[in-house]
Amino acid sequence: MANPKSAYSVSSKKEKSDTHIIVVWVDNEAGVLARVVGLFSGRGYNIESLAVAEVDAKKSISRITIVTTGTPQVIDQIKLQLKKLVPVHKVADFKRNDKGVIFKEMALFKVVGNNTKIKKAIIACKKYDAVILDKTKKSNVIQITALRREIDKMAKNLRKFGLVSVSRTGAVAMTRGDKVFN
Amino acid sequence: MSKLYTGAEIVFKCLEDQDVEFIFGYPGGAVLPIYDELKNHNTIKHILVRHEQGAGHAAEGYARSSGKPGVVLVTSGPGATNVVTALTDAYMDSVPLVCISGQVPTHLIGTDAFQECDTTGITRPCTKHNWLVKDIKDLSKTLHEAFKVATTGRPGPVLVDIPKDIQFAKIAYSKPKAEKKLNGKLLNHFSQKDIDILIGLMNKSKKPIIYSGGGVINSGPEASNVLRELVKLTGFPITSTLQGLGAYPGDDNQFLGMLGMHGTYEANNAMHDCDLLINIGARFDDRITGKIDEFSPKSKKVHIDIDPSSINKIIKVDLALVGDVKEVLKGINKTLKKKNLDLKKSNKQQIAKWWEQIQKWRTKNSLNFKNSDETIKPQHAVQRLYELTKHKDTYITTEVGQHQMWAAQHYKFNKPNRWMTSGGLGTMGYGLPAAVGVQIAHPKKLVVDIAGEASVLMTMQEMSTAVQYNLPIKIFILNNQYMGMVRQWQELLHEKNYSESYTEALPDFIKMAEAYGCKGIKAEKPDELDEKITEMVEFDGPVIFDCRVDPNENCFPMIPSGKPHNQMILGPSEKEENKITGKGKALV
Repeated sequence: MANPKSAYSVSSKKEKSDTHIIVVWVDNEAGVLARVVGLFSGRGYNIESLAVAEVDAKKSISRITIVTTGTPQVIDQIKLQLKKLVPVHKVADFKRNDKGVIFKEMALFKVVGNNTKIKKAIIACKKYDAVILDKTKKSNVIQITALRREIDKMAKNLRKFGLVSVSRTGAVAMTRGDKVFN
Repeated sequence: MSKLYTGAEIVFKCLEDQDVEFIFGYPGGAVLPIYDELKNHNTIKHILVRHEQGAGHAAEGYARSSGKPGVVLVTSGPGATNVVTALTDAYMDSVPLVCISGQVPTHLIGTDAFQECDTTGITRPCTKHNWLVKDIKDLSKTLHEAFKVATTGRPGPVLVDIPKDIQFAKIAYSKPKAEKKLNGKLLNHFSQKDIDILIGLMNKSKKPIIYSGGGVINSGPEASNVLRELVKLTGFPITSTLQGLGAYPGDDNQFLGMLGMHGTYEANNAMHDCDLLINIGARFDDRITGKIDEFSPKSKKVHIDIDPSSINKIIKVDLALVGDVKEVLKGINKTLKKKNLDLKKSNKQQIAKWWEQIQKWRTKNSLNFKNSDETIKPQHAVQRLYELTKHKDTYITTEVGQHQMWAAQHYKFNKPNRWMTSGGLGTMGYGLPAAVGVQIAHPKKLVVDIAGEASVLMTMQEMSTAVQYNLPIKIFILNNQYMGMVRQWQELLHEKNYSESYTEALPDFIKMAEAYGCKGIKAEKPDELDEKITEMVEFDGPVIFDCRVDPNENCFPMIPSGKPHNQMILGPSEKEENKITGKGKALV
């Protein structure tokens, strides 16, 4: 990652980087995603994955979920800079290892091969809520929902069973229990 | 049914409702309907510049010197791209600008039409916010919101892009409704508890310093008054950033001068050795801090700023008060008085030693230079200009480079809003158009652009604007034929390889002045300087003053890049032992 600060602030003290999930509620208007993403690229912050969709059609509010890595200082800056954007309503920040938060990503796998291979692929996917979305004699499209590293692992494992194509989403997040982030 | 107005009419109705008096602009195809409407609105005067960058800087000068937002009107494509430098400059220095740009008609957007560019895309990173108005229904709401965003919180530039068909479309006009909070973006987050903690720190401190910045200026003239009151109540020393000059009187004994890369010895050493640092409306810029690791190592740090993202961005602080400087300082002063804590008295003993130390640093006389009878020293020229204009309420703008630092060091400001300079972006060519804007805002006042010959050539065309509107701006050029700051850095870092920093074939500034229809004055010897400056000040009209100065003079004192505050170079003789090495060489 490029250092986001001035050359003068190259600090000799190295702080530990952590993975965070930043959730941003924004007005769903033209260019709003470009503003959020531009803030990250312009200041040299990372985006590991991104998920965006409107969540409230009446108020026209979208929810953007960004997975990013940075030192505590960088994460603080990301939150404060995001809050300054005019269309941003609120910003939430969770550590990846936060037990009180659910993180999920979805992936589609296309497996092409003979019956045995496809069967093995489906079995391998079972523990990740596998759903068969499409089925032909020679192929299957399997949907799983899991954590990032689990999907990484599956994508690697399924290669031997004839995996030809992977499509996956960014992470989405929600707190456990009855609490709502405000 | 209520009366229908065209988009162009609505633009003016909004500007009228916002009490706009001046627009700085340049016409073109995509803003013709707005220009056509201009004749019907005689409370709004349009200032025709010669280049859109000039319009932007003029609006900045207007805004900084008057406290009101500057308004810019440009056409699509090149009109919009030319104003980008000024928008970025305003963004870096927190100047409120509202830029209205024309755009190709909505049905042509995205077709690479003539003079089309993605204006909102290009200006997104250099504005606080921008809008493309695709529906006439949104126009008045958007324009009013634009003024609100530009002027609230930390001020900054905004842009509203209006396609030509929207300027022709008709709709009823609605006045701005009662203000709603912008997505809950609060301005003041500090509490009385924070103030009490701060006063506790002040009470204990033995070596305090106040470091104030442009935020005090942006908070309005009253903020300067409360700052002065605070400094008097506490008896603390105060230093200022480049942008903050004028908030506290430059000739007061408690003022240590500017700090930072070209700041005074006493200010920088006090920053380094202090035990309590109170930052008021400044942002720990790299010109100020020098080496981060060794920045003010022994101090408790307090930061007062309206922008929460400025807190802990560069320097971790012990106490943050997020809010408008004026409000925060008022709260502090009130508490100080209520507790009847006469810090000045009770602290006197404690900080007397600190003042003694500061006096010792002062005796170094770090702004000193060797004057000459043969050639005009640039520092001397600024000092003479100050002495001959200080009795007037003078407004100073600058370009960027050595002359800018000499102006900051040797011209003393006693009031806020009198000093307009490009600090964050460092835009050469800022000063001349900014002077145009300042003179528009203050027609009767003396406005001087302390300039360098290289910078001023970048926006020289705006002299034509000054002549057109009878603006008696004085362009005081410290002409050393070099891009002086570039040459200074080449001297320090690149073994005097003066690569492309000397300007051959400079124009004859006297003839140039005459060609523009203004007065040209030239000074070559120190003994004629006073007389010539007086001639310039007394002339009723724009003047270009070609002040031929020593071409080899460098700007000292200086913190070399990558060094902390207590390792300053005081003058040319010290250069050798303080060579910039290693990592410092790569810094800007």
